[in-house]
Amino acid sequence: MIYTPGVSALHAARAGIAALYGAAIVALALSFAHPLILAALMVAVLGAAALAGVGRAVLRAGLFALPLAVMIAIVNALVVREGLTVLVRFGDVGPFGQVDVTLEALAYGLLLGLRVALIGMACALAAATVDPDELLRALRPLSFRSALTATLATRMVPVLTRDARRMADARRCRPDGGGSGPAARLGLVRAVTTGALDRAVDVAATLELRGYGHEVRGVRAARTPLSRHDLAVGGAALALVALAIGAGLSRVARFDAYPHFAVAAGPRELLLAAAIVGLALLPFAERRGVGR
Amino acid sequence: MSVLRFEHFSYTYAGSTEPAVRDVSLTVEPGAFVVLAGMSASGKSTLIRAACGLVPHFHGGAAAGHVVVGGLDTREHGPGELSAVCGTLLQDPETQVVMNTVRAEIAFPLENRGLAAAAVARGVEEAALALGVAQLLDRATHELSGGELQRVALAAALAPRPQLVLLDEPTSQLDPVAGDELIWLLRRLNEEWGTAVVLAEHRLERCLAHADRVIVLDGGAVVCDAPPSAMLAWSAQHAPALQTPAARLFVRAGLRPAPAGVKEARATLRAHGLIGERSGPPAASAAMPAARERRGLAGLLPRRRDSGSPAALSCHGLWHEPHGARAILRGIDLRVAPGERVALMGRNGAGKSTLLRHLGGLQQPTRGRVAAAGRVALLLQNPGDYLIHERAGDEVPPAVLDAAGLGLLADRHPRDLAGGERQRLALAIVLGGDDLPAAVLLDEPTRGMDRAVKGDLAARLRGLADQGVAVIVATHDAEFAAATCERVVLLADGAPIADASAAEVLAGGWHFATECARVLGDDNDPLAPALTPEQAGELLRGRMTTEVRA
Repeated sequence: MIYTPGVSALHAARAGIAALYGAAIVALALSFAHPLILAALMVAVLGAAALAGVGRAVLRAGLFALPLAVMIAIVNALVVREGLTVLVRFGDVGPFGQVDVTLEALAYGLLLGLRVALIGMACALAAATVDPDELLRALRPLSFRSALTATLATRMVPVLTRDARRMADARRCRPDGGGSGPAARLGLVRAVTTGALDRAVDVAATLELRGYGHEVRGVRAARTPLSRHDLAVGGAALALVALAIGAGLSRVARFDAYPHFAVAAGPRELLLAAAIVGLALLPFAERRGVGR
Repeated sequence: MSVLRFEHFSYTYAGSTEPAVRDVSLTVEPGAFVVLAGMSASGKSTLIRAACGLVPHFHGGAAAGHVVVGGLDTREHGPGELSAVCGTLLQDPETQVVMNTVRAEIAFPLENRGLAAAAVARGVEEAALALGVAQLLDRATHELSGGELQRVALAAALAPRPQLVLLDEPTSQLDPVAGDELIWLLRRLNEEWGTAVVLAEHRLERCLAHADRVIVLDGGAVVCDAPPSAMLAWSAQHAPALQTPAARLFVRAGLRPAPAGVKEARATLRAHGLIGERSGPPAASAAMPAARERRGLAGLLPRRRDSGSPAALSCHGLWHEPHGARAILRGIDLRVAPGERVALMGRNGAGKSTLLRHLGGLQQPTRGRVAAAGRVALLLQNPGDYLIHERAGDEVPPAVLDAAGLGLLADRHPRDLAGGERQRLALAIVLGGDDLPAAVLLDEPTRGMDRAVKGDLAARLRGLADQGVAVIVATHDAEFAAATCERVVLLADGAPIADASAAEVLAGGWHFATECARVLGDDNDPLAPALTPEQAGELLRGRMTTEVRA
């Protein structure tokens, strides 16, 4: 998850607003458990990623989250004792007592996993499209050290990724392929850790040399008017949040997993799903001035 | 007032018993261009780090004496404050960049000084234009090549318009073209902005012609502080390893004064009537046709040793075509005989490292094939990546460690070894034990190394070749290629553009040529081109004898 400069409405919007867009999608993923709404959010995230030119990175994040999602589904099915449609009876399992796997617990676990994957993908979208340097600049007046530490951590990711790739290659160049087993792996982990510390020290030295730690820290941000992309992306983020609040208050997209599945599936839910996709992708319709 | 002043400065790193710098006193005036010379571990980097305040503020340790930079004493002012008067560029471009985009990187030091947004924006534009990185401003720093990163880091160091810029081997990771460009850029900034430059460098032939003064360190102490020609005269007696190839050529030919660069050397040789005026087409077209005439049509083809015998390593129609990007290798045919020593040369991005990775089996070609007569040992650019144990003795069996000449260092942590020792250990790791590989491949093995260490490595590679191991070295170092290899393959855009003997390839160019070949230029003997100071000295002595007889 590395920032990738590109040509899209998300890239063109200022960092704070683009981050708000990602946060809005995360908020919606946390607010809704309804399968149709989650599916709409998935379409929105993948669509936004594709339109921003970072589809591959976001998809990779989703695949990375997949094992975690599956694990959540399995654990939920095993530990939740609600739901009436029993699929498997394991009987009395030692300290866990009676273990029955129900359709409802399994399905709800899958939806929880989907939400985790969605959040991961929304974060990947934000990481790939929000310029961390600009974000640092915006956050500096609030907390200089924290903002700098966060940006440094972002900077270290590609550096350490390259280091790890090089070390893995070097390992493959050994006549014995670098050995196998826990001892060999431990050695490699130790070497990578030591290398990471060395790298961090070098980067810290460079920071000092560029004037970090100097007494003058008053960064005066330039006051620039909101661009059409700031307005579109920010407007979409706020509209998404407002939609979620409105849906909650009007009890649209209600969903109960236990004891039986109760999924509201009417025109209001379909409209809400379409609105989420439409609002999320609308800012990308404007192509004027997307270059930075 | 001087921009940099050391007064009886000594420094010992924390945990060390020996001082890295001893009783150094020197002054650098505004607008001076000073080169710091010396062998590895002579104290050059420590002196640079002391001048920018990292020593002792960042590294700790014990310091005595004073260092005053732009009127600020480093005892009282840390690197952050000193950055206003002194820009610094260290060796590794990867860690010289701390932000994610080029624009933010150059703006960072200006923002840290609390400048207004408009002043920051103007500073970024000015520095980017001065360093020729304006087209990179909106690129992500992790996408840049080593040369581009180094330029961006230099732009960030120079953005606050410091009075002094300190550079620690900034060209060690660059190809000859990018390295020369960087030095010319420094000269331009030095002349136009009046910025004083202190440059620590191993490849003196690259920068002496631009220097006003050379300071030589040995064991942490200043042993010579003189203009380039005087320093070269001094080094002939006291430090021959610091002599540039042209200076060694002059010593061999019995000529004086030792030249600081090619221009000076050619002027002296012309004055002695040993060479004529450079004229007509460039040397490349002068040397190569002569070779072709001599060998007829065979001269157009790559020279191959024992073409009838089985190859130690070969590739046929090798293509590397990454998904969604341009091809890196384009149908390469290469055959290397057992015991042959081949240099792969070309600018950054020409495909040298990728070719080595394919030959070493680290990557699979998209088309074509690689064949080897046995195991292939591959030493990548950073020897430290091979060292994963806590003791050097744990990396390889004791007998192998002894054979590498590192037996006495078995208990040392591999990261505490000197650069040359670390490389010897990494080479021992990839070579393995008794079972020698069919071929050994080395990627940029001379980066940041002094002449003595390079000489050791050349001898080791010649020894391996004598045992029948094919040696392929990807290098930017024309002097090392000439001293080590008998054949040179020049790559450009993923395809060979020259494949011939070292004498033919390295005598005819400008960037991919040794300094002696450039000094001799058109007057280099087209039938037996002189690449090294020894060969060139012989050639000139022969001419002098002929003149005396005439």
